[in-house]
Amino acid sequence: MIWAAVLGCAVGCYLLKLAGLSVPPQVLERPVVRRIADLIPVALLAALVAVQVFATSGHNGGQHLAVDARLAGLAAAVVALLLRAPFIVVVVLAAVVAALIRLA
Amino acid sequence: MSDLDAGLDPGRRRSIIRDGLAVGVATGAYGLSFGAIAVTSGLDVWQACVLSLLAFTGASQFALVGVIGAGGAPLSGMVTGLLLGTRNTLYGLRLSTLLGFRGVRRVTAAHLVIDESTAMSVTRETREAARVGFLATGIAVFVLWNLSTFGGALAGHALGDPKAWGFDSAVGGAFLALLWPRLKDRRNQICAALAVAVALVLVPVVPAGVPVLATAGVALGLGLLARDRLDPTEVPDQHDLPEGGLG
Repeated sequence: MIWAAVLGCAVGCYLLKLAGLSVPPQVLERPVVRRIADLIPVALLAALVAVQVFATSGHNGGQHLAVDARLAGLAAAVVALLLRAPFIVVVVLAAVVAALIRLA
Repeated sequence: MSDLDAGLDPGRRRSIIRDGLAVGVATGAYGLSFGAIAVTSGLDVWQACVLSLLAFTGASQFALVGVIGAGGAPLSGMVTGLLLGTRNTLYGLRLSTLLGFRGVRRVTAAHLVIDESTAMSVTRETREAARVGFLATGIAVFVLWNLSTFGGALAGHALGDPKAWGFDSAVGGAFLALLWPRLKDRRNQICAALAVAVALVLVPVVPAGVPVLATAGVALGLGLLARDRLDPTEVPDQHDLPEGGLG
């Protein structure tokens, strides 16, 4: 199943890139299409942050919300981003802060 | 169009290539974190590497492994990754006239359409400068992204328990860093806040992976309702790099 998702994502992502270079610009230059396409990554990335930080798998297979060390990791990431730290610093800091809190 | 077709002096060419290489090196570090997070999320080393080789677009790759790592169905992860990949279609539309690639060259160049190569070419004044910026950055990022994915995947494989190392928290940090440059825009801020609310409300009631996908509806609704106005963060330029580390 993971292989299918990996290959499906790979082929699809390439075709999306090729479509951009191949389709006549006016087809997708309609303002409403542009706006939606522009907002999709914002919505998805914001949701991915929220789910990654607050969602936890329960023993019954379902998911619930929880506040734990990951929130401290996210706060550290925010501080790093405000200080214009490079990507790798943001990611490592988020990990290290959460790991340290779990040790404590 | 005579301006667009102007030549490029060797000094300028070298400086554009140097900038592209610098962006590539910065992205390499980002590939390390992708490789490590991918294997701690349940992919094997080969799946992580195939994804970097063939999908070659950071945000989509992080989304796929993030959803799988959080217990979502691989298919939800794939669809989330594809939705994030639509961004590259917009970049391609912007680049196609500027780069002017045809035939086999276009089919090859398409693989290199990512945040970084777009940022380093879209603001150039001539076609030659845009092509040099696009190819130098695209190829540098491709090589380093794939090498570092492999290295990160091997390292992640050796590390063991992902939670003890805070890898679950690292994924949240990675998504936030990807989102960050887009939050300068007011409409994007509203969209992000709504998406967070929708996703969190849905988490306890629908299967893992679905809450994130559902927020595409937020983008759709806001896009239909909003008045037209240019979003300054829509296509990245050099100022968004390399600290944006987009992918």
